[in-house]
Amino acid sequence: MMYNGGKIITGLIIFALIITAPFWLNIGQADEPPEISLDTPVINQLSEKECIESAEFMRSQHPQLLNDWRDQVVREGKTVYTSSSGKEYQISLDNTCLQCHSNRSEFCDACHAYTSVDPYCWDCHGGGIAK
Amino acid sequence: MKIWAPLLAVLALVIIAWLGAGVFEWTSLFGIIIPYTAFAILVLGFIYRVIKWAQSPVPFRIPTTCGQQESLPWIKQDKIENPSKTWEVVGRMALEILFFRSLFRNTQTEKREDKLGFGSSKWLWLGSLVFHWSMLIIVLRHLRYFLYPVPAFVQGLEKLDGFLQVGVPVLYLTDVFVVLGITYLFLRRVVIPQVKYISLAADYFPLFLLLGIATSGILMRYGLKVDIASVKDFAMSLVTFKPQVIPEIGTIFYVHLFLVSSLVAYFPWSKLMHAGGIFMSPTRNLANNSRAVRHINPWNYEVKTHTYEEYEDEFREKMRKVGLPLERE
Ligand code: HEC
Ligand code: HEC
Ligand code: HEC
Repeated sequence: MMYNGGKIITGLIIFALIITAPFWLNIGQADEPPEISLDTPVINQLSEKECIESAEFMRSQHPQLLNDWRDQVVREGKTVYTSSSGKEYQISLDNTCLQCHSNRSEFCDACHAYTSVDPYCWDCHGGGIAK
Repeated sequence: MKIWAPLLAVLALVIIAWLGAGVFEWTSLFGIIIPYTAFAILVLGFIYRVIKWAQSPVPFRIPTTCGQQESLPWIKQDKIENPSKTWEVVGRMALEILFFRSLFRNTQTEKREDKLGFGSSKWLWLGSLVFHWSMLIIVLRHLRYFLYPVPAFVQGLEKLDGFLQVGVPVLYLTDVFVVLGITYLFLRRVVIPQVKYISLAADYFPLFLLLGIATSGILMRYGLKVDIASVKDFAMSLVTFKPQVIPEIGTIFYVHLFLVSSLVAYFPWSKLMHAGGIFMSPTRNLANNSRAVRHINPWNYEVKTHTYEEYEDEFREKMRKVGLPLERE
């Protein structure tokens, strides 16, 4: 026997709807994860298709790497990055990363939209004032 | 003991997840079976507890209020403190749930020399508010893992939370605030002797568990790093019922997930149910309309009555014969 059953059941239905929202909001909605495209002229010409570090490292650590790069250039005046495999790269978001990944919207932006990241770097980089 | 046992329990949970997912690689257990089960326990347990509470009768209104009740038209009613209509109650409940209004009234009693002094004490209110709001924003921010396309309000929250643009990935303010809040709520229990005296293991356990969850999450974002895109693939696979573990997500992620699963499964059976209980508090959710509406005690049994009218009907003939006066002929 419940007292004020009507109100309480209504409340519980609202609770159940809210807490299960991620499940039912996705019904017929969820898009496939975006294709991250590596199809750019520079990458196609590479003999071995490698990023500056291993792909696993890049996937989890590239924000940290870019932060270090920024500090190295802007604060320490260092402009060359030596990767763990010994290759040397110019430290630059626009002239290194985006040279190979020139398809920013199908690469950086696609993955960022998927994971809901919106780097404020593009206010200046990627065709802005910092080039 | 009341502090050490829950602390060890949380550390044990961390080690279980570390060994289970990291060393033995039981990733389906820790990634799929436990999270689904824990979530089901949360939803069903929550509903079960509320329905059980709903079986307690509410015999009368409990006007423990501190404002003028509705009275003569020229006496000003305090509509929030002493509501008499449903929408006024909604106002009181909303302020209670969103801003912890009763906690704002928290006072502190202090002995100064041989006098007793009462003073306002807002720290608990502030600490709770900081903790709960950070927690809410963090939970809502996590929707970015469970929805694709990600709704604009989630992105807005992330922007707002990271608006200081400190570091890359940007620092979320709520990450700082939630840890400060939990730390305050913990210190308060160990520093104030009276509070320490009444604190139980069940008070410390949720605090340690929440601290563990916050720490593992912060470690993942700013320290150890995990591949967020894979985490999202995994989270999406859970909510679309096509569960699929992704082996290369680091062990720290499974620790985080296992602590969250533990919290969620523990929730309905613990003091954390105050989240549901606040909606059911009779001193907050009942309008003080005792003088306008008749409230009948639900457990009153049927009283058999025999009115004078019925009595007279029964004995009319006999009464008339002996000449007794009758109300109706
Ligand atoms: C307000 C505009 C602005 C924003 C926002 C900004 N930068 Fe920069 N960045 C600059 C300028 C200007 C330089 C200096 C370029 C130079 O010295 O050649 C620079 C230099 C750099 C460099 C080294 C040089 C180069 O050519 O790339 C890196 C790496 C870098 N920024 C990364 C970032 C990252 C990552 C973000 C986002 C988290 C970011 N920046 C946000 C303006 C900006
Ligand atoms: C020499 C060309 C080149 C440069 C320079 C380069 N990349 Fe890459 N990047 C690649 C290639 C090729 C891959 C694919 C590697 C693979 O799949 O093993 C890749 C992969 C990645 C990935 C992983 C994508 C995925 O889904 O697995 C990320 C993230 C990434 N790059 C970011 C960056 C950033 C940030 C920079 C600048 C700091 C950068 N890259 C510079 C060529 C480059
Ligand atoms: C495979 C998916 C993926 C690709 C491809 C990718 N990113 Fe990211 N990026 C992420 C994720 C996920 C984060 C958030 C990391 C976090 O929250 O710890 C991120 C964060 C960042 C950040 C920090 C932003 C912030 O506000 O915290 C920068 C800067 C960044 N990425 C730059 C790039 C650039 C430049 C490229 C293209 C060259 C790129 N990323 C490609 C997934 C990706």
